[in-house]
Amino acid sequence: MQFGLNESQEFLRDSARQFFAGECPIAKVRRLMETDAAFDANLWAKFAEQGYTGIIFPEEFGGVGLGIVELILLMEEAGRALLPGPFFSTVVMAGSLLDTTATKEQKRKYLEPICRGQRRATVAFFEAEGSWDLADVRLIAVNGRLQGEKLFVADAAVADWILVVARNGVFLVDAKAPGIRVKPMRGMDLTRKLYSVQFDNAPAEKLGETTGLARPRAIATAALAAEMVGGMQRTLDITVEYAKTRKQFGKPIGIFQAVQHQCADMYLETESARSAVYYAAWALEHHAPDAAAAVSIAKLYASDASRTVGNRGIQVHGGMGFTWENDLHLYYRRAKASETMFGDATFHREQLARLTIDAEAVSAQRA
Amino acid sequence: MDLNLTPEEVAFRDEFRAWLQANVPRDWAEWREKPLEESFPYLRAWQRKLHEGGWAAVSWPKEYGGRGATLMQQAIFWEEMARLEAPPMANALGLGLIGPTIIAYGTGAQKKRFIPKILSAEEIWCQGFSEPNAGSDLASLQTEARLVDRHYIVNGQKVWTSYGWVGDWCELVVRTDPTAPKHKGLTVLLVDMKSPGVEVRPLRQMTGESEFNEIFFRDVQVPAENVLGRVNDGWNVAVSTLMHERGAYGARLIPIFRRNINRLIELSSVTQRNGRPASLDPVLRQRLAQCYADVEIMRLNQLRAFSRITATGAPGPEGSIQKLFWSELNQRLQQLAQELLGPYGQLLGSDAHAIDKGIWSYGYLRSRGNTIEAGTSEVQRNIIGHFVLGLPRSY
Repeated sequence: MQFGLNESQEFLRDSARQFFAGECPIAKVRRLMETDAAFDANLWAKFAEQGYTGIIFPEEFGGVGLGIVELILLMEEAGRALLPGPFFSTVVMAGSLLDTTATKEQKRKYLEPICRGQRRATVAFFEAEGSWDLADVRLIAVNGRLQGEKLFVADAAVADWILVVARNGVFLVDAKAPGIRVKPMRGMDLTRKLYSVQFDNAPAEKLGETTGLARPRAIATAALAAEMVGGMQRTLDITVEYAKTRKQFGKPIGIFQAVQHQCADMYLETESARSAVYYAAWALEHHAPDAAAAVSIAKLYASDASRTVGNRGIQVHGGMGFTWENDLHLYYRRAKASETMFGDATFHREQLARLTIDAEAVSAQRA
Repeated sequence: MDLNLTPEEVAFRDEFRAWLQANVPRDWAEWREKPLEESFPYLRAWQRKLHEGGWAAVSWPKEYGGRGATLMQQAIFWEEMARLEAPPMANALGLGLIGPTIIAYGTGAQKKRFIPKILSAEEIWCQGFSEPNAGSDLASLQTEARLVDRHYIVNGQKVWTSYGWVGDWCELVVRTDPTAPKHKGLTVLLVDMKSPGVEVRPLRQMTGESEFNEIFFRDVQVPAENVLGRVNDGWNVAVSTLMHERGAYGARLIPIFRRNINRLIELSSVTQRNGRPASLDPVLRQRLAQCYADVEIMRLNQLRAFSRITATGAPGPEGSIQKLFWSELNQRLQQLAQELLGPYGQLLGSDAHAIDKGIWSYGYLRSRGNTIEAGTSEVQRNIIGHFVLGLPRSY
């Protein structure tokens, strides 16, 4: 057993770190977050050149054919850079959904242009009275038409296609088609824009059944948790650096145990979340029997830990941490938005309970 | 990254599993309830059996009677021990901490003299580190040793000594140069506990047991050849022992914690709460799931640490993360057991209504010491802050 990264994985991580540092420094993040869609077409073209837009998809559709572990490493680096824009919605959410549910022709038509960086897409799941539970989805396609509304749809303004989860299947709509209305929702994360999407008799093409949803959703959940780990790591690094240089009472504040222990806990929480995320990625890649549990463990831990790490980091910074100028709040905002996306810690603890406690109760009844 | 067992690891597991199935005593359940004083000869005999099979110290190099097992194989070893509910070994500190320190720092003569009898449980070892005025600040210890002719004369007091009451030998940290800075004047001595002037007293802890002892040294003579490592370099020798204490111990606890959370999940479906099984209570479901997740993360942290140590060659301050994580997790787990069991949680093993022979009331009290023993949580956070994150030393 070997739980470290191999050479090619380390190479991918290091080159991604370098790429994001060069192409998307925090100054650029701040510029993009002030724009409507936080999208940079030039940066997107460079993603495609790097192969990032096709990272986990088959080569026959223009992908690179790497595994979930590699995806997770890339997402961790994206999280560290606080990468704005539709990478997560297009590649991770929509791409994996197409990859698992669509027919070959549909993949040729929709997945391939995504891999090549020519098109973007997103996934619409959440409804006004709903939750992240598939059982709460009410929208139904009737005769190939959709009527209703989806909320919290990431990056919909720059998506060419919107993949819609309905009760009777997964559907694809052209974002420019008549009957589609995309309106911004104003959330606290300025780097990942959210939208409501209204469907008024909108024409929709069926991709597959909702039974195919479990795997792409697990991949997206693990990838989001990995992005959160990257954000935690960056928050920790910024905070430790500050604790070494900021002086009070004539000493660097990092010498005080009340400060030092906050940093130690941030480290423990970041590393623990990373362990959970890496394992979830490996379990998904290898279709391990505990993959679903591993994903819920990763998301529940990362959801609580990324908030806690943000709290500690800002606390250590004192008044500076509360300013707009300091970068920590940008990570803190992203952490809060990611915490609830695909279910918060409470949601995933319940998922895990179904997999462990209820399974135990069933086997106890049989015995 | 490959989390499947390698063929070598599978072979190791299968070989040990087969040996264990053929040799593990079947009557441990009856013995485990008895006081350690009574069951100790039983545990010695069990360790002897493991040693005869070549399984007493799998982590040690082959030339010293071990198997040169990798960290992963060690984890497999403890998992198998837990799976078959095998008794612990009598010479736990000798095998886990002191033997490896002697292997690392001992002279040829010392290794030849001490190692075989550690393996066979013929000589039980204890650890004389903490003192009444040197706990977290271990390096300030005051037990002194003066060289007179070819002997050190030892005077002082040690406390929190596990296995002191049954110890034949002690890894003792003493001050040999009171004029040097506190870390520089220490030396490790290997002390025969039967020497005149050694007095062992039981120290009763809040669980009611006496796991630990106080040891008094009055003009105890220790031959100069019993210095382990170099004179006045005892701090490094002692730290090596502490690293072993923090590093590998977590791996032994993982199967035990997993068994405990699985047992709580099992109990939740037969425990009533608000007119239905506790397993359906939304709050307890959340708590059980969180604890289950934490135990799994403890396992994954351990595996990642193992891979890192294997890659870098030496256990580092990562052990502090494991120590911090498991000790605080066990307190949460034990508190969860109390909440689940309600008034039954408090019952001692001797009560007819006790659940699981009182392990939950004992576990609750015993876990209180987890964040103190083997380096307090505060000390572990200092170690992470200074040695991992590079923050200035706070003390």
